[in-house]
Amino acid sequence: MSMSISIRKKLGSFELDVSWEINNELAVLFGHSGAGKSLTLQMIAGLIKPDQGVIRLDDLLFFDSASGKGLRPQDRMLGYVFQDLALFPHMTVYQNILYGGHGISKTERLVRADEMIRRFRIADLRDRLPAKISGGQKQRVALARALLRKPRALLLDEPFSALDATIRLEMVRLLKEVRHEFAIPVVMITHDLDEARTLADRIFVYAEGKMVRSVRPDEIIPCQKPGGVQDLLQNSEYKLQEHASILPLPCSGV
Amino acid sequence: MLDSQALSSLRLSLQVASMATLFIVLIGTGAAYFLAMKDFRGREVLDMFLTLPLVLPPTVTGYYLIILFGRNGLLGRPVFEATGWSVMFTWQAAVLASFVVALPLMVKTARAAIESVDRNLINASYTLGHSNLNTAVKVILPLAKKGIIAGAVLSFARAMGEFGATIMLAGNIPGKTDTMPIAIYSLAGSGEWSKAHAMVAVFTGISGVFLYIANRFGRRII
Repeated sequence: MSMSISIRKKLGSFELDVSWEINNELAVLFGHSGAGKSLTLQMIAGLIKPDQGVIRLDDLLFFDSASGKGLRPQDRMLGYVFQDLALFPHMTVYQNILYGGHGISKTERLVRADEMIRRFRIADLRDRLPAKISGGQKQRVALARALLRKPRALLLDEPFSALDATIRLEMVRLLKEVRHEFAIPVVMITHDLDEARTLADRIFVYAEGKMVRSVRPDEIIPCQKPGGVQDLLQNSEYKLQEHASILPLPCSGV
Repeated sequence: MLDSQALSSLRLSLQVASMATLFIVLIGTGAAYFLAMKDFRGREVLDMFLTLPLVLPPTVTGYYLIILFGRNGLLGRPVFEATGWSVMFTWQAAVLASFVVALPLMVKTARAAIESVDRNLINASYTLGHSNLNTAVKVILPLAKKGIIAGAVLSFARAMGEFGATIMLAGNIPGKTDTMPIAIYSLAGSGEWSKAHAMVAVFTGISGVFLYIANRFGRRII
């Protein structure tokens, strides 16, 4: 499987203009807030229409401004984990997961839901409402729901940002497992450099609506300055221009 | 406390308000969904037309209804010519008047409730493959439920109290179109104060209860 996008969108004074392509791998979109990362995911999912461009998954044309063809978000069959997870507050954990099985026969849906509940170890939470479970548990439910239909690709908008370090590690491990099993393209937004380096096959660095750099994780030079997070942040523009081969990245966790 | 004439007015008022509320819930919720979810030209103009009876004197609303549904009205004439029946001076006219006057309360309240549903939840439903209709039924309406119920209860209370448009369209026919507000008007006009006192007290009690219920449901969304 491969995903390619080449999109342009103007929103007020902000303009997003990015093109990239990935194979069956995990791509991280990395950059400051407001760089257009979430907007990219929303356009891949079909929630926002680009002004111009093409979005394609293998031979499947998701969007093409030239021919005016495109698929509705419902028909793109993507797993999307929103930043705030978007669990339905009026449905139990189990109902939330089952809701992700639209278009699958009822028997198959129940079998898959049980499988997901086992895999993500959320059996104890089945009948609880999202408001009654922890942040890490919500993540697992959101991931289970997004994967129930066996999506063509997975979109993750800062999925682990609200979690503390221990749970974050567990979720990273879980995501690796999922990646291994589902073998689909994954596009993930994160602000965490460690997370990006651990998980990504490819990192796209966004700045002000452009994709300024595409790198492999091993091309990232980790932060060498103990306690120098702020310095590094301040000098990031300088580093970007002077040393084109390395990333202007802050220390992890920033 | 209430004599048989007053009880008959109360029954008629409840019947008219219930019927009007039924249509208000169906049409008002649909209109509110449409106004909240669809971005189309003229959206706010449509909202204005639907909510205009909220600010117009009910007699003006009634006047428009006569122009539309009267025997010589735009819609009333073809219906009368085809069937020999006119809605004028029937209890159905009271339903129609109550419907039009109380609809804005439903549209306003339900629209606000639907607009307050987290957009991400709606988008999540779409990305999970659910159609607009399925998303409306399974996500949007359940989450906007409190506002919709509040709107329905408010509309019922308003429909119960409808007077101006009703008297223009349905008249004041004892036992047929004299809803409680109209009966109270007649009693006050003929100086039958003790009967009027009792009906006013009962009516105030009923309206108060409905307003209390509407507030209980509406608190979370307004």
